[in-house]
Amino acid sequence: MEKLNGAAQLVRALEDLGVTEIFGYPGAAVVDIYDELYNSKKIHHTLARHEQGAVHEADGYARASGKVGVALVTSGPGATNTVTAIATAYMDSIPLVVISGQVSTGLIGTDAFQEVDTVGVTRPVVKYSFLCKKPEDIVPDIRKAFYIASTGRKGPVVVDIPKNCQTKRYVFEYEQGGEVRLRSYNPTVFGHRGQVKRACDELLKARRPVLLLGGGVVQGDACNEARQLARMLRLPVVCTFMGLGAFPESDPQCLGMLGMHGLYAANEIMNGSDLVLAVGCRFADRATNNVKKFCPDATIVHIDVDPASISKTVHADIPIVGDARVVMGQMLQVLKDSEIRPNSELDPWWKQIDEWRRIHPLGYTKKEGMIRPQEVIEKIYEKTKDLDPIVTTDVGQHQMFTAQFFKFDEPRRLISSGGLGTMGFGVPAAVGAQKALPGRLVLCITGDGSFQMCMQELAVARKYAMPLKIFILDNSVLGMVRQFQTVFYHHRYAGTNLDFNPDFVKMADAFGCEGFRVKPGDDIGAAIDRALAVKDRSCIVDFITDTNAIVLPWQRADGSMIEMILDEEGN
Amino acid sequence: MRHVVSILIENEAGALSRVVGLFSQRGYNIESLTVAPTEDPTLSRCTILTTGESEEIEQITKQLHKLVCVLRVTAISEEPEGGLERELVLIKVPTPNRGIREDIKSIADIFSARIIDVSAEVITMEYVGSSQEVDNFCSTVLKLSDVLEVVRSGVLGIARGNHCMHS
Repeated sequence: MEKLNGAAQLVRALEDLGVTEIFGYPGAAVVDIYDELYNSKKIHHTLARHEQGAVHEADGYARASGKVGVALVTSGPGATNTVTAIATAYMDSIPLVVISGQVSTGLIGTDAFQEVDTVGVTRPVVKYSFLCKKPEDIVPDIRKAFYIASTGRKGPVVVDIPKNCQTKRYVFEYEQGGEVRLRSYNPTVFGHRGQVKRACDELLKARRPVLLLGGGVVQGDACNEARQLARMLRLPVVCTFMGLGAFPESDPQCLGMLGMHGLYAANEIMNGSDLVLAVGCRFADRATNNVKKFCPDATIVHIDVDPASISKTVHADIPIVGDARVVMGQMLQVLKDSEIRPNSELDPWWKQIDEWRRIHPLGYTKKEGMIRPQEVIEKIYEKTKDLDPIVTTDVGQHQMFTAQFFKFDEPRRLISSGGLGTMGFGVPAAVGAQKALPGRLVLCITGDGSFQMCMQELAVARKYAMPLKIFILDNSVLGMVRQFQTVFYHHRYAGTNLDFNPDFVKMADAFGCEGFRVKPGDDIGAAIDRALAVKDRSCIVDFITDTNAIVLPWQRADGSMIEMILDEEGN
Repeated sequence: MRHVVSILIENEAGALSRVVGLFSQRGYNIESLTVAPTEDPTLSRCTILTTGESEEIEQITKQLHKLVCVLRVTAISEEPEGGLERELVLIKVPTPNRGIREDIKSIADIFSARIIDVSAEVITMEYVGSSQEVDNFCSTVLKLSDVLEVVRSGVLGIARGNHCMHS
């Protein structure tokens, strides 16, 4: 038997759990762990430039790879800097383990240097958290953390380790891990058979059904089952923002995103449906608009691994608690043994859907002497679609334009902060995604506002010579807030002018990236080609775009799904 | 609507703060809260008196159950045979003269309250009953005498019949 100290046990346990990549930032309270990481041949450590960046990187890594992302930070400010990033992962149900150092147990509660109650500060934004009070707790807690983070509804778990538990002086036997069992935590996997049967019966009776896919389908690796189900029954498919890519958007059976800035036809379908089969979505306010007016004629079948998501905002007529992949598998089995209606029975529904698509397709008008942001996204899509890129975004207009104009055909291709809406997510998430998938094309579509919130992480991209393509839709304003001000606040642009932005091209140079600007009149396609040709480092393209662009369609607040502003005149 | 929610949680540091945090985080009310270890010292039982519509209570119990440290949750009033509730109150009254002392003693007798401490000028009583009964007891004492201190335990709840939280 091997005797190891606490820090070495932690590193060994991480190795045994299959961790190969950690994103972190050292400090006094984790220096023992860093000292042990220095010996590890299996774990590579990426030094972030800010703890928020480190956790977003681990998050991007997790979203791109499907594995648990791991971050390591020090106590006090190291830990508090991670809060936004942990909350980001929590809202989008991303499996993360965040390891933080803590002051020695004897100092806890004394307001020691760099002491903060990390478990307390992060409590509302974690799935669970541990404070290891003795060295022997570290390994069992880490194993539990991985188990909790990666099962059920996934999410971030914090493990706070006091400095004296890591120390070199105290060694003890390392115990090999067995199966983790927690009596108080047993996520439901299989759907209730009776409910599954009822759901299938209703689905076969429905004449205006719709399949709504959320982030749980992506995170639960249930896309194949969703696709089979949709194709078997010829269901129109609508995705939430987090569900984009669960079903191929370029397939005519897919109507794209619903909600506040969803596509006209997608919102009409929801409103007109007689049955919504919702899988792995939580009926967020941005998706449903006013829940009282949501899908008035529809029977709601809701499959979710989290019972608390069911009937939280929208009442589910047929709730099914269980893993999305397993429950849809159960449904497929039931349907295979059932007499399926001829798919032609949905002809009138599809005719109506095609009519909706025809009358208000997604579009924009070109304007002389201006680069329209939609045009840039359209061009990026056109130029990169055959390269199957991973696309990260920040938050704002560019994010919605990406959701609308970039067609995602596979899951884990769109990486974006949907629930929390964290500006600054895009660049570090791209770094994390590129770490997870070294040979792949990773794009970061961002805005001039968001980009400045975590741009220091470009140093990491530079260090690893990552060929990220960072496309800034630079309109010199905070476009999403500004469009509210344009429409609802009489053009009073309070606090939304980003005048005195840095010169992003010079900044690219300072960070060792290629950088150039694209002005109105320049060839957008050629600019994208030029960026794609840069292979040995990141490339920043600064597109000077129309300041007055508005994301459309735009649902009217508190209205039904189909109360939408469709043109720039406000109609 | 008033609801008594019973929660079986791991008896570990921070578990209670997760339960309480959930209530404030999601905007639910806590009217009263009690917690103590059970016969199994690794578990604590927590009873929370809350108010809300039944959909809200359903959401509260689901959210509580989602907490990793929570083993079981039941809304006592929703149990098939209903629930039992008890509350303990300790009440300290000044007894400056014999007349008042006699009055207090007879009130204690009528309510079957116990006098648990007597000093030259103060009597302390304990009384156990439903929240309604505790309210009645306290208001009766208040009508008769000044009151120095009132301490209520908060509601404890248990299901009627053979419905149990364990096993």
